[in-house]
Amino acid sequence: MYGRGLRTLSITTVAVMAIALGLVFFYAPLEAEQGFLQKIFYVHVPLAIVALCGFVAGGLMAIQHLRTRDPRWDMRSYVAIHMSLIFAVATLITGSIWAKGSWGHWWVWSEPTLVSFLIVFLLYATYQPLRFAIEDPERQGRYASVFAILAGAFVPLNFLAVRLSTEYLHPRVLGSSSNLPAKMQLTFLVSLLGIALLYLTLCKYELTAKHTRAQLRALRRRLAGESVEGAAPRGRSAAPHLALSPSASASTPRSA
Amino acid sequence: MRRTVAALLRKELLVELRTLESVPGMSLFAVTTFVVFHFALNQNSVSGDEAAGILWVTLLFAAMLGVNRLFVADQDQGGFDAFLLAPVDRSAMLLAKALALLAYLIVLELVAVPAFGLLLLGPSLSQALPDLLVVLLLADLGIAVIGTLVAALAVRTRARDLLGALLALPLLVPVVIGGARATSPLLGLTHAASPPIRWLLTLGLYDLVFGLIAYAVFDFLLED
Amino acid sequence: MIELDGLVRRYGEREALSDVSLSVASGQTLVVFGPNGAGKTTLLRVLSTLLRAHAGSVSVLGKSLPEEAWAVRGRVGLLGHEPLLYRELTARENLRFHARLHDLSAERVEERLAAVSLTDRADEPLKTLSRGMVARVAIARATLHDPELLLLDEPWANLDPAARELIEPLIGVGSDPTRPRTRVISSHDPSGGLSEADLVLGLRAGRPALLREAARVDPGEIAELYR
Repeated sequence: MYGRGLRTLSITTVAVMAIALGLVFFYAPLEAEQGFLQKIFYVHVPLAIVALCGFVAGGLMAIQHLRTRDPRWDMRSYVAIHMSLIFAVATLITGSIWAKGSWGHWWVWSEPTLVSFLIVFLLYATYQPLRFAIEDPERQGRYASVFAILAGAFVPLNFLAVRLSTEYLHPRVLGSSSNLPAKMQLTFLVSLLGIALLYLTLCKYELTAKHTRAQLRALRRRLAGESVEGAAPRGRSAAPHLALSPSASASTPRSA
Repeated sequence: MRRTVAALLRKELLVELRTLESVPGMSLFAVTTFVVFHFALNQNSVSGDEAAGILWVTLLFAAMLGVNRLFVADQDQGGFDAFLLAPVDRSAMLLAKALALLAYLIVLELVAVPAFGLLLLGPSLSQALPDLLVVLLLADLGIAVIGTLVAALAVRTRARDLLGALLALPLLVPVVIGGARATSPLLGLTHAASPPIRWLLTLGLYDLVFGLIAYAVFDFLLED
Repeated sequence: MIELDGLVRRYGEREALSDVSLSVASGQTLVVFGPNGAGKTTLLRVLSTLLRAHAGSVSVLGKSLPEEAWAVRGRVGLLGHEPLLYRELTARENLRFHARLHDLSAERVEERLAAVSLTDRADEPLKTLSRGMVARVAIARATLHDPELLLLDEPWANLDPAARELIEPLIGVGSDPTRPRTRVISSHDPSGGLSEADLVLGLRAGRPALLREAARVDPGEIAELYR
């Protein structure tokens, strides 16, 4: 059920990213001031945008989880946040490289996006320890969803506050993406699409893997006669689990 | 609802008065921290940005002590169950706990701010006072709401003290930004300017947004 | 009064309660037997609205849980392993707090304190009282609002024989024979528990191993549950 369309999605992602790479290196003109290093912009900014959208999406999925109590929403929220955290780290790293190249320091407080990301990263880095610290799986999902909603609302507020407080010593680049020349705009949009597809593909992979593992466990339990002794205890985990009843696995079609 | 909040708040303050677990510790911590800052910075008096920073960092960390202890008595002595069995609106607990935390913060500041004026602050405190109270109140509301939510989240986990601070500090960064930026002109060396309105608005917006969210999600933290 | 149909309550992948179905009429006493971990406490907590069912249907006092739980709270009393009282506060302060939550008068608090014979120690912090006395305050708390349904989790555990006699009328079926109180009691004592019961439920690993009228159950079958 989850695995359907995964191959198509993966191929599309690779294709778009290849095109994006081509555009970045061969099509987009060199920027006057910063030279070749500026091309990191095509990776850094899409990563940032996708990570932010991922965090907010995680919050929205968490709202659905609390409303419907369906553990699948918790799983989706978990994967979205998990993946966004990785993309956020990538944002910080690429931002840092860019800062070092452009302004000579590995870290600059004058770039509000970067600073906001640091704070957002510090917040979401507690998501998994929080989950791990709660043993009851149902409560774990519930508390994680509350956190995801809180943190999701925090992201825009944080950006606002940091943006207000930063002195602009350097030209803002995120804001200036609207008055880029046409070639740069196109490259940027394709890169954005590529990174977004990458995010979706990776999320889908993780969801499929987890779902498959849950099905496997359900089948094992069924083979062992549905007795408590037969199933291996799962142990503590930060990841949400899907307690699939054995009948659920029977209704799933074989995926490619 | 009002009756329930009153009953809970009364119980809360009664337990605190009996045990004195939160407020004395928070206040003492703040004063000690000022002393530590004196030695760490090797300065006899501070003003402006520096003063605002020291004040807010100290208040924030002292607040964490109160946040950590907020639900411990209920968790350990079964108070949650008793409340959940009663035919009352569950949001009353959010309101009561946030009000209690707000009360603790106000008492903390009654001790810490004069201590700060005495020990570290260069310019006179009296010129800043009315505006400072407004800023403190706005920030306290935000700390109270976030503190209550985070405390409720953390208390039933295994590393409750650690997790509480780890969750709360990033969430409270906008409060620190707003509070420190608004306070800094008040503690200026030459004269006290009034705080830029945008910081008061930021704090107000923060309080509003998180107040509403807290009201919406709190029930989910209580049930099983 | 109580209707359970296929009740399931999970803890992770384990089923703490599995396919429990029963029916308790108003005024009856259901006694639940079973070894530790069998699900007795879980069952009581589901009936009290503290826990929600993961599958199956639950109806208490004619109301369906969890949707109508708000209509049930305040008519159910739970006496669990924890006294649900604050150790730093006195008995009177604790009971007054509960009274306010349930919108009851201060006189009711005094009446309960007298009923459990603790009026003279009512102004000492609970941490200075013995466990048996705290148990008595807990019983006062659980019956403060005169619930129609009483849920008792091993109520005699911390009480000496004198105390047991004392609280018997409080956790019994009540003084009005035309309106007996409905009770669900979990117990480890086969003979004592049987004598109280109209209906017996035996749980083993969350599953109902025995469900029958008390008159047709003999203590040997209950002992079997613990094998």
